[in-house]
Amino acid sequence: MSTLEEKCRAQRELLDEHTRETVRWHFSEDTGCDFWLEKKKTFDFDPLKDVNCFNDLKKFPLFEDEWLRGGPMRRWVPKQWQNKPIYVFETGGTTGIPKSRVVVEDHWIDYELFSATLPDESFPKGANWLMLGPSGPRRLRLAIEHLAQFRGGICFCVDLDPRWVVKLLKKGKVEDAKEYSAHCIDQAITILSANNDIQCMFTTPKLLEALALRLMDQGSSIEEAGIKGIFCGGTEFTQQWYRFAREELLGPNVYITPTYGNTLMGLACGKPHDPADNYKITYFAPQPRAVIEVVDFDDHNKVVEYGATGRVKLYTMTKELFVPGFLERDEGERELPHDKYPWDGVSSVRPYHVFAKTTTVGVY
Amino acid sequence: MLEIPVIRWGAPYESLEKADVVHFETGEVMARMHQANAGLVQMDMRKAGKARERLRQFSCDQLIGMCQKAAELFLTATLPMGTGTQTPEEFCSIQSATTGLPLNMARANMKKNAFVLSNMGAMLDALTRGLPLDILTRGFGMESRGVMVSYQSNSPVLGLVLPSNSPGVHTLWLPAIPLQIGLVLKPGSSEPWTPYRMFEAFVAAGVPREAFCLYPGPHDVGNKVLETCNRAMIFGGQATVDKYAGNPRVQAHGPGFSKILLGDDVVDRWQDYLDVMVTSVLMNGGRSCINCSGIWASRHTEAIADAIAQRLGPIAPLPTTDPNAAIAAFTTPGVADAMNSQIDAGISSPVVTEVTSKYRNGDRLVKHDRCDYLRPTVLHVSDFDHGMANTEYMFPFVSVVQCPQEKMLSKIGSTLVGTAITQNENWITELVDARHIDRLNVGAIPTCALNWLQPHEGNIIDFLFRNRAFQNSLPPAH
Repeated sequence: MSTLEEKCRAQRELLDEHTRETVRWHFSEDTGCDFWLEKKKTFDFDPLKDVNCFNDLKKFPLFEDEWLRGGPMRRWVPKQWQNKPIYVFETGGTTGIPKSRVVVEDHWIDYELFSATLPDESFPKGANWLMLGPSGPRRLRLAIEHLAQFRGGICFCVDLDPRWVVKLLKKGKVEDAKEYSAHCIDQAITILSANNDIQCMFTTPKLLEALALRLMDQGSSIEEAGIKGIFCGGTEFTQQWYRFAREELLGPNVYITPTYGNTLMGLACGKPHDPADNYKITYFAPQPRAVIEVVDFDDHNKVVEYGATGRVKLYTMTKELFVPGFLERDEGERELPHDKYPWDGVSSVRPYHVFAKTTTVGVY
Repeated sequence: MLEIPVIRWGAPYESLEKADVVHFETGEVMARMHQANAGLVQMDMRKAGKARERLRQFSCDQLIGMCQKAAELFLTATLPMGTGTQTPEEFCSIQSATTGLPLNMARANMKKNAFVLSNMGAMLDALTRGLPLDILTRGFGMESRGVMVSYQSNSPVLGLVLPSNSPGVHTLWLPAIPLQIGLVLKPGSSEPWTPYRMFEAFVAAGVPREAFCLYPGPHDVGNKVLETCNRAMIFGGQATVDKYAGNPRVQAHGPGFSKILLGDDVVDRWQDYLDVMVTSVLMNGGRSCINCSGIWASRHTEAIADAIAQRLGPIAPLPTTDPNAAIAAFTTPGVADAMNSQIDAGISSPVVTEVTSKYRNGDRLVKHDRCDYLRPTVLHVSDFDHGMANTEYMFPFVSVVQCPQEKMLSKIGSTLVGTAITQNENWITELVDARHIDRLNVGAIPTCALNWLQPHEGNIIDFLFRNRAFQNSLPPAH
């Protein structure tokens, strides 16, 4: 049995090897995508020669998500994937040309890896799923559906368009936003009541709250509706909300686990619930395909000390996408590696304090 | 460290998220306030009916008696405050320390809240126009003149999203308890003191704790209070007022644009009313919606502005403990700067003149490390259509506007308190009919001198109860 320290070292070596492989793939003329091959010409270093470990990724300029606005989309597709069926997923806000990411199979791979982290007793194999949340141009719906199918189930979907909710709220149409949310909950309740053997669910904190309270008002509960396991994401999934959900919304027999992610990264998993953590939420990226660092607010190449606060920086290194350092709109505390995830984590993720005042969060 | 828990139907709840309540000048953490989450509010509001049930176990008269006792306790007793206790002096001192309000104003507001509480019986008698209060409890009853009346409560609880900058507004929600309506309070982030102390005073006086929820927390908690309480009040700026305009469930209290109008029959004797004008602008640091922000007259306006400026101009920030401190600090970064810039832009017009600058001996904006002050500002505005003729800021600020009397009512806009100094009966009739004036004073009454027996921004009885038809016998044949 190796110690945590040994596991961490082994993972670091794996990460360095994965970094070399990924950079080789994205910057070789016969495999790379047009975007990075063009970008390479502007660098004062040669990625193929000068990037030999994960830390060498700091030689790249920060990834700017503005690059993802507009086409042609195929400039992001590595040469080897050009003839595969291609998905495009959007991320971000309500105005202007959307930021898009092309995907071939990454969303399937990410969610298959995530599947391995789910406890079977709470997410039984073969059980059906309810996906209650934003679908539309996002990858979430297809990803959850794949997760359900991968685990032998069928996924029922209820869509909520967060961009419309943001528009309503900005116009002060709070009642309309509430009505729209109620419309989504109506559909979820109908599906849950239709003998569909739904035992697993993905949703957002706001929608879970609304669903659980509606069921309670009807004299039922999430548990009575047949749900055994829920995973739920977003910065709204706070320590206090986690406790509230477990203690008051769900009860002891419904498992809930937080996740953190976006269209650029995969899905970071929550550290398994431990009463000693007092509901503190710690996320671990799906290394080596993606890495999370917590970096100094003023120097994004400097990782903060364990326990200290910093900005969340993401790296994505798959055969479909290369993101050598992107500053997320979130901040949090750097956490020590865990036996199940022997690399750094991040806890108490919340909107980056500089942006927090202008961001509309928790709309769905 | 003093910890202030969330209160859920009277029971303390320790949240895993806490926010520091800091000293406005030093940044020292004075207390940690536990933070509710919006779902918690929604969960609790499913049981809101129980709050009214518990209060209805007492008669309104019994609850009025408890209000009198609570007033005394609020003013004099050492009461629990979160994990500690608090004397009256500690209450004023910490309120001043976290809000930047001078200590003398904290004390004055404390007395004002206690006064309203101790006179609750007379207030309710006035606001209900002598209705036997058991009719509110039972929902119907026979008046002494032999008429059946029914008042149905619009909500078992009253929700409040409270401000941090003006502890005087708490008077508005105090009548809920003797009306057997529970209270759901979302305290301001730097002024939890009045709501929590008032809660403890009520409880010590015998009011059931189960009638109260206190939810400190972020904005979405306030939104949830407004969403889930069938009757609620919020305090904010003009944008907040506009947002809830026409919403019968939410009463939004914002800027007052309160004014003094000098009639042509008295304006030549304007010096006689100088004290009324200065008091109306300056009292409570100019923070209230009932402070005067506009003085309108047809002539002598430059002399009036100059005389007020001579009195207000020299006023400067003083330590909050100084008994002569007359202005409060702005503790939210950027707020004072923004107001100062707006005023600077306004006075660049040839029709607007700042009169205070020559008496001020320094800049209007005074910046400290962690807070800012705006010193009193008097403008003279010769064009009543200019934007600066009708504006309001949360410090002693007034525009003295030149306007013919016959045009005043069509130009003053929405006015919370209108003090009209005149004896012109025809004009008084027009003033009485002017629907954009909420509280009308006729005579030399400072705008901030409120008689609590009068309704404020609507009668709270009409807000909390619906007067509807009720019959339990056949009506007379017709």
